[in-house]
Amino acid sequence: MRQLLSGRLGRVRTGAHRAAGPDGAAAPVEEENLWGPSPVIEVRSLLKTYGHGDAAVRALGGPPDPVTGVSPGVDLVVEQGDMVAVMGSSGSGKSTLMNILGCLDVPSDGRYLLDGIDVGGLDEHQLSLVRNRKIGFVFQSFNLVPRTPALAQVELPLAYAGVKAAERRRRALAALSLVGLADRVDHRPNELSGGQQQRVAVARALVTAPAMLLADEPTGNLDSHSTEDVLAIIDRLNASGRTVVLITHEDEVARHAKRVLRLVDGQVVADVRQAPVDGPPPALRDPAVFAAHAPHALTSGGS
Amino acid sequence: MNPFETLRFAVGGLAANKVRSGLTMLGVLIGVAAVIILLAVGNGSSQAVKDSIEKLGTNALTVSSGGGFGGSSAATSTKPLTVDDARALADPASAPDVESVAPEVTTSQTALYDGTSHSVNQVVGTYPAYFKASNSKVAKGDYFSADDVLNSRKVAVIGSTTATDLFGTASPVGRKIVIGGTPFTVVGVLDTKGGTGFQDPDDTVIAPLPTVQNAFTGFGPVSQILVEAKSADATTPAQNEITTVLMSQHGIKDSSALDFRVSSQASLLDTQASTNKTFTVLLGAVAAISLLVGGIGITNIMLVTVTERTREIGIRKAIGAPKGVILGQFLAESTLLSLVGGGLGVIGGLIGSRFTIVGIKPVVIPESVVGAFVIAVAIGLFFGSYPANRAASLRPIEALRHE
Repeated sequence: MRQLLSGRLGRVRTGAHRAAGPDGAAAPVEEENLWGPSPVIEVRSLLKTYGHGDAAVRALGGPPDPVTGVSPGVDLVVEQGDMVAVMGSSGSGKSTLMNILGCLDVPSDGRYLLDGIDVGGLDEHQLSLVRNRKIGFVFQSFNLVPRTPALAQVELPLAYAGVKAAERRRRALAALSLVGLADRVDHRPNELSGGQQQRVAVARALVTAPAMLLADEPTGNLDSHSTEDVLAIIDRLNASGRTVVLITHEDEVARHAKRVLRLVDGQVVADVRQAPVDGPPPALRDPAVFAAHAPHALTSGGS
Repeated sequence: MNPFETLRFAVGGLAANKVRSGLTMLGVLIGVAAVIILLAVGNGSSQAVKDSIEKLGTNALTVSSGGGFGGSSAATSTKPLTVDDARALADPASAPDVESVAPEVTTSQTALYDGTSHSVNQVVGTYPAYFKASNSKVAKGDYFSADDVLNSRKVAVIGSTTATDLFGTASPVGRKIVIGGTPFTVVGVLDTKGGTGFQDPDDTVIAPLPTVQNAFTGFGPVSQILVEAKSADATTPAQNEITTVLMSQHGIKDSSALDFRVSSQASLLDTQASTNKTFTVLLGAVAAISLLVGGIGITNIMLVTVTERTREIGIRKAIGAPKGVILGQFLAESTLLSLVGGGLGVIGGLIGSRFTIVGIKPVVIPESVVGAFVIAVAIGLFFGSYPANRAASLRPIEALRHE
């Protein structure tokens, strides 16, 4: 497993150089094998329970079958280049799913293959490599490292990956200019607005050219204008081929996704495709029509 | 992550809480400085003892009355030392290794000069040989002579403390002082010996033996007999000769039931030196404890820091920081605390050692400087490893949820 992992990580690392170009993101290059490009995420009968026995809480996987006593679990496949929005009310298990997909938490049962790697068989150090190189996180509460200027913030994942200082700086600057913050590189989190902080977080997430961008309610703490900015960046990233998984409870955000999953009580109850996997996300497919169908006056400030 | 970056993160982390970092460093600083200064004080006091051994002259032997510890009970009857005993010891035929003999009587008296009164610690009545045997040199004037002794002249050589107390800056030589009602002419002032004990060896008056006996103690036994051996190597044979001579003088057959004691100055000072060693070890222990407390301070602060920055640790882990990097970052912070604290402690200790402390000139032991610094840094590593390990072992999801 270690060998497979390092081989794949190596491939991602070479891909990272392409991400530093002016468009900031690379088209996914997957070696063609017999089965076609492997999905970025492949989840089979995933379960997550907290506690034991009678006190056990099923956060993910749904209630047990009354006959067999086995929970059905969550099955999910996300293809390369897709943009998936996971929706659900609070307590529906979407954050638990996000934590497992982001390798921050381990499932109680089930298999999770990230970019072809079985994450369940990895040790602590290998998991940190996976988080560093395969996943870019964007959190609702920004989660920037305190007292650290934007540039150092974005350089941090590269520093953990062992990239040399000059190369790191170049790539971090490219990522920051991609999110439109080239003039804010020396600002600390407390000197940036919420929208700017979230854009720094997006730059930090994409600087390592990860296999997927994982965003947990990325616009939950933002005003409408900043929401538009951040979503526009995410749309552009997806248009250039980056796989995106969004967690949200806002229809306005879900409208941007190519595919919408709805979670209720830890189970996928609806799976709607809004746009094909190949091709631009809905917002960029026909911007005028997309804007006209806005449910409320949200887009007036973001045009 | 190269070491330089780890260090930069550590400096940033410490700079975020300047007062807290400063106080923690102060703890280590005090510990290291205390080790250096207290060991230097201990060392300085043993150095002073060593110096006074050389000053006193290692050839000197003291014969005093009474047995050893508990020895007096073994002796059937204790005969006091007399001038006759001294005379017998001075016989070159029976004691060939003895250079000179000086019987002593001591008393304590009050000296008066021109309305100034001074209580003299030790008034010694003896022979001129005493000066050489006890390594007492005159700074001004001269010693009294054998002739003065024979004629019981009322002359005295006084110590430097006595001289300053009675005469101030004026020269005492040739002046008359009154000691215990008897007028004495000061013929000389001794050099300052300086001392580390509780008694000031410079507060003394030395006069001819018969004069002191006549004026104060009476012509009875003497307090002790100071014997000078021919050389430092001859002290042991001289000691044996003295024992033999005095046994025949006192009519003692059994060598285990002596009613006198022969001790060399060196052995007395050896005792004092070993006392000093205990003193140094004690001081060192106190200092080591304060260094330990400084180390515990580091653990405490690092634990607070880890708790406070749990969320930050979670963020770092989420973006792929391996366990080793987190561990390294917190270890670097605690080591930096102890390194800077220890470095400042060394400077503080070296500055502090330049001052005279309770009359002792501290002598810095170079090993203690290196040792204290190395131990401080090691303490930083050791006491920092627990909080750092705790930080590194945090599960990312729990760390991120921490508020």
